[in-house]
Amino acid sequence: MAIITKSYEPTFWDKLYFPALFKGLMVTLRYFFKRKVTIQYPEEKYIPPDGYRGLHRLNKYSDGRIRCVACEMCSAACPVDCIHIIPGPSPWDEGKERYPVRFDIDLLRCIFCGFCEMACPEEAIELTEIYDFSDLTRENLLIDRDGLLEVYELTKNKNYYSQTKKSEKSET
Amino acid sequence: MDLLGFIIILVKVLVVFAATMLTVLVMIYLERRVSAFMQGRLGPNRVGPQGLLQPIADGIKFMMKEDIVPAGADKPIFILAPAILLIPALMTFAVIPFGSDITLFGRQIPLQVADVNVGILYVLALTSIGVYGIVLAGWSSNSKYSLLGGLRSSAQLISYELAMGLAVVSIILLSGSLKLNDIVADQQGYLFSWNVFKQPLAFIIFLVAVYAETNRLPFDLSEAEQELVGGYHTEYSSIKFAMFFMAEYANMITAAALTVTLFFGGWDFPLVDESSLGILGTVLSVCSFILKMGFFLFLFIWVRWTFPRFRYDQLMKLGWKVMLPLALFNIFITAGYLTVRALV
Repeated sequence: MAIITKSYEPTFWDKLYFPALFKGLMVTLRYFFKRKVTIQYPEEKYIPPDGYRGLHRLNKYSDGRIRCVACEMCSAACPVDCIHIIPGPSPWDEGKERYPVRFDIDLLRCIFCGFCEMACPEEAIELTEIYDFSDLTRENLLIDRDGLLEVYELTKNKNYYSQTKKSEKSET
Repeated sequence: MDLLGFIIILVKVLVVFAATMLTVLVMIYLERRVSAFMQGRLGPNRVGPQGLLQPIADGIKFMMKEDIVPAGADKPIFILAPAILLIPALMTFAVIPFGSDITLFGRQIPLQVADVNVGILYVLALTSIGVYGIVLAGWSSNSKYSLLGGLRSSAQLISYELAMGLAVVSIILLSGSLKLNDIVADQQGYLFSWNVFKQPLAFIIFLVAVYAETNRLPFDLSEAEQELVGGYHTEYSSIKFAMFFMAEYANMITAAALTVTLFFGGWDFPLVDESSLGILGTVLSVCSFILKMGFFLFLFIWVRWTFPRFRYDQLMKLGWKVMLPLALFNIFITAGYLTVRALV
């Protein structure tokens, strides 16, 4: 049989309930005037923390050469086999000999685990902070090499969301 | 009755009706906005400036929806029930004085649709008719959840109407009249002549009972969605559901107006003699009434988002074992005081 132990004996003041009710009302009133947490999405955008795993990008050297050497480590590491690479000889004289002729990622298959990023010996593939890249067709969600390089241009300054906000403001 | 008198009455009816319906819309908007604010959200702010047109969008949505009558429902009663709830809710406001007398076209016009000399009984009678709407809606829906909601509502009404009536009795004892105008007149003068200060216990009992009467949290057991899906209006859709919705808010408005009239001096603005100020006094009195009513309407929403719902047995226990004896005690004290005062 359960033994009921009373942790405290309510006083007359407690039994009136009104002080407690009043305290409760004050809590909700405080929240009424507090700053609201809502982010009004299309106008305001959530800025993800560092290390967020969003859309992929292919990094470039400062002189414009693609970092990727088409070693296919990423596609081997990929648990869902969404990275498809066709290697070819590099068009540049200095540096690496191989580079990807094609580099396709099926974003619909990708689970954004970040294993490709970890497997890459050249720090060529990286996941960016971009999270809103939904589309209406499946075809548009197959991203190719040039697309990935474009993402690099968009995100290389680490200010994709803060900068779009600024440019939207200057437009209006 | 002459023609001008008839026109004046007609205008007053229209104004009061329009004002009530407008307040219903404002309440629907405020309910959503205030609840959002209290939860740290923004709430609807897209339709119109600051989302002010949201209730109109809601209304259009309700009208566009398919009107479903469930199989096995008692159709005439099913259709009648929302009207039985809504019409008394809108009618109750008729006896509430919402401002001091105004002189127009050389005649004195009281700002009240009907000066019934049993005003308070009229209000209590109509609010009790409203519950028929809920019970009939629950019964005619042919659904166990609706029926339970309706039954709970009637049981709740019986237990709280008593305490509410008895709290009002102590006010009637003080003012010596059932006429709402007399009750307001009785509270004029200085600030502490308001009935809240004379009858704090009656005020608390009345306030709690009003929440039970209007089926608002923490007493919204008749539509407790966690237990009863939607309560008495589970099976209702489209404009019929909207009518239940409007009735709930109309009831709240009446309840707030009644609380102000009975306990907060009605349209009385403290320390000002409205009748000596002419038209300005009338405007001041109406503003003061709206302001006080607005506070109680806000309190309805405020309380809703602060307190959890009562359990059914707790509700009954509070009604019969706490509120009723307290109200009787209050009458006893009031009557004793009046007797002693008459003797001395």
